[in-house]
Amino acid sequence: MIQGVQIELISADRLTNLTTMEKIRTILDSVMLGNIVVLEHGLTPDEQSMLVEVTMREIRPGGFSGIEMETYPGKEAESGGVFGRLFKGKKPRQGRMTVIGPAGQLKMLKIERDRLVAWASLTSGG
Amino acid sequence: MSMFAQAKKRFSKFFQNIFRRKRSRIGIYGPPNAGKTTLANRIVRDCSGDAIGPVSEIPHETRRARRRENVIITGANGNTLSLDIVDTPGVTTKIDYHEFLEYGLEQDEAISRAREATEGVAEAMHWLREDIHGVIYVMDSTLDPFMQVNIMMVGIIESRDLPVVIVANKTDLPDAAPSRIKSAFPQHPVISLSGLEGTNMEELYDMMTEHFR
Repeated sequence: MIQGVQIELISADRLTNLTTMEKIRTILDSVMLGNIVVLEHGLTPDEQSMLVEVTMREIRPGGFSGIEMETYPGKEAESGGVFGRLFKGKKPRQGRMTVIGPAGQLKMLKIERDRLVAWASLTSGG
Repeated sequence: MSMFAQAKKRFSKFFQNIFRRKRSRIGIYGPPNAGKTTLANRIVRDCSGDAIGPVSEIPHETRRARRRENVIITGANGNTLSLDIVDTPGVTTKIDYHEFLEYGLEQDEAISRAREATEGVAEAMHWLREDIHGVIYVMDSTLDPFMQVNIMMVGIIESRDLPVVIVANKTDLPDAAPSRIKSAFPQHPVISLSGLEGTNMEELYDMMTEHFR
């Protein structure tokens, strides 16, 4: 039997229509099954913060041990003076392509400003 | 959130910054084993002669956020500032109790540490969203600054408009390369120091009195 890792690519359109918790559940439920999820556009900073918090609550000793999440480093923070800062909330910063997988099963070999090299094992703990 | 609610939140933050809150709460954040508690202890000892918590080479020694109130920081520039310092558990996206076994912990102890660590990280994220007014972000200058947790945390801090000072810690180690951190995060002030040896703390205090007013 051929063994492999399931890779789920989620489009920006699909994510846009989900609430924060729906996005997080979509990602975590898939990763907890051992899949690797690739988001066309990543999560906003607040969503990433929630993802970490929910991931921590799902960790079980001897079972799910968390996630590996990588994206390209962002560009310098925009600076728009006082008015830019006041109204920046109208347009939340959009994340960049992001890959998320089970900890111990997905490893990043190389992270550069515009390039990620990842390695995935067929079994966890590798 | 509606546009009106967002604009209201931004205006409220803007006016809070203008009229200044009574005392800012500064969170010390960073990945596990970056030296956050060592730095927190150094700051609190320098300013009040006390310590904030124990340190250990085993990751996740700090598993609860610890707050020290009314720490008076004095810069060499003569400015003083009263702050609450919050030492937080190291932020990570994964915790495996097997990692603690490698440090000689018994299985039960390692499992218990892992459980507490997961709660601690969730708590640290919650503090950042709700209760922190400024951040000292600590990185180990012997490691690659492009670790995902650093990129993610700096992104979260920026999105919340929190003032931040980045500390390139552990400059006492031979393979420390704080310049990598400076070039990775050129948009923020970066102070190179050793929390363990207490070198260059004055520059940090100067920066804190300027940034966290």
